[in-house]
Amino acid sequence: MPGTSTPTGTRATRMLGVVTLAFTVWLVVFGLVVSAEDVVQGSTVRMMYVHVPSIWVAYVAFALTAVVSAVYLSGKNRSLAWDRVAGASAEIGVLFVAISLITGSLWGRLTWGTYWVWDARLTSTAFLFITYIGYLAVRGLGGSFRQRARRSAVLALLAVLEIPLVHFSVVIWRSLHQESTVANSGTDVELDGLMLFTLFLGIVTFTMLFAWMVLHRQRALALQDAVDSHGLDLAIKQRQQEAEVR
Amino acid sequence: MSDTYTATPSLLKVARTIMIKDLRTEVNSRVILNQVAPFSVVIMILFAFALDNDGILQRVAPGLVWLATMFSMLVVVQRTFAVETADGALDALRVAGVDTRALFLGKSVALGVQLCALDVVLVATAFFLYNVQLELSGLLVVFVTVLLACIGLGFIGTLYGGLAAGARGRETLLPLLLLPVVAPVLIGATRATEAGFNSGGAEVSEGWPWSGLLLIFAVIFGVVGSVAFGPLIDE
Amino acid sequence: MEHASFIIGSYVLTFGSIGLYVAWFLRRSRSIDKFLDDKDKPWT
Repeated sequence: MPGTSTPTGTRATRMLGVVTLAFTVWLVVFGLVVSAEDVVQGSTVRMMYVHVPSIWVAYVAFALTAVVSAVYLSGKNRSLAWDRVAGASAEIGVLFVAISLITGSLWGRLTWGTYWVWDARLTSTAFLFITYIGYLAVRGLGGSFRQRARRSAVLALLAVLEIPLVHFSVVIWRSLHQESTVANSGTDVELDGLMLFTLFLGIVTFTMLFAWMVLHRQRALALQDAVDSHGLDLAIKQRQQEAEVR
Repeated sequence: MSDTYTATPSLLKVARTIMIKDLRTEVNSRVILNQVAPFSVVIMILFAFALDNDGILQRVAPGLVWLATMFSMLVVVQRTFAVETADGALDALRVAGVDTRALFLGKSVALGVQLCALDVVLVATAFFLYNVQLELSGLLVVFVTVLLACIGLGFIGTLYGGLAAGARGRETLLPLLLLPVVAPVLIGATRATEAGFNSGGAEVSEGWPWSGLLLIFAVIFGVVGSVAFGPLIDE
Repeated sequence: MEHASFIIGSYVLTFGSIGLYVAWFLRRSRSIDKFLDDKDKPWT
């Protein structure tokens, strides 16, 4: 949040925040007003400009989680910072998968007439969502920071194995049934120049948003870890203060 | 194991010892026989109440068999690691320098064997209660499917069960971690069993490619699991 | 605009949920910040 002082902010994140905010406004104006309606889809195509960038960010986030987990496990640099980046990134990824599932089903309601179809991509995205909720639950299990880091890093790498397996089996599961034509009709969008630009703008904006969020979130997690490691007396003091505030 | 101190026993030998230990624990306690198998039969009866149609039951029997397997598996996995963690036996094994790969293989095979036994009960239940058709060639497909699926489930169950064992709140965490991962096995095993049962007009021969898929899953999770199990349970 | 409620709703939902999430963890880090020294914050 630019303008207010936050313990996790620096000059760089504040600048990134301001630029991201400007881009977000730009995206909303272009997405909702300036860009044209699609010949087939009409105005519903406007949902694409938040739906597609959301799932893009989710993939980037989970890829980042896997990469930093691998770096942590590779043993050359066992800094807990890697673990916190992995956690922050996965958490943000879960948020964006949720957003893209919800906006996607709203979009589906308009174009397919139904919130959900058992299409391979939708089903494996739902699995992606649940898998990383499980990952976050494992991070919250407690134990030492090292334990958390190793456990969740292994789990993040297992998820990388699991996701393609699930996707692959869901694809052949669907291929047995008659092709669900509903999922393929109505989504063909003829993107003109401005629409393509708006989609591109959305992806850029959301990627910057993601970078800003990960920077802040992993520092917030570092603060949390610091408080946790400073021990119980601190927690008690904090509780007392919270009680006074209320 | 008398020569443990003089020579390092081979991986497979240790794995076999652990497998026998786990199976012997089961034979002595009879938890699977007296509690889990009846539980899985109850699931099958409840499915019949919920679906309330003989034709539908016969059609979806393969899926129900495997769903019941997955649910029962949660109980079995929790049980096998509760035994290990209750008196710190898992820690003792690690302190004794037991190779975690051997530990993983031994426990996985033991779990797979127990699940196989459970599936014999479930297939029999489907045969008698759901009135499915089962010919000799179909029985062969079902047999191979149960074998391969249970090996795969054994690997997956041990891997995630071991992760959940060390932590508090594991009772509720295990299903969340385990069930998404077993989804491919559920899909493959259901289709193969469908062919074996001739349900939904599936030919028996259509079952074999699905069994092949189950074999691939089992191999992948066996290899990956034996690498990942050590760091996961390491305290 | 046709289906305006769905379309504007999905924009509001997207940016609203991101905003709520960010506000939640920033507030939380501000509330624990007073217990920490600058050495806990190597980025400052």
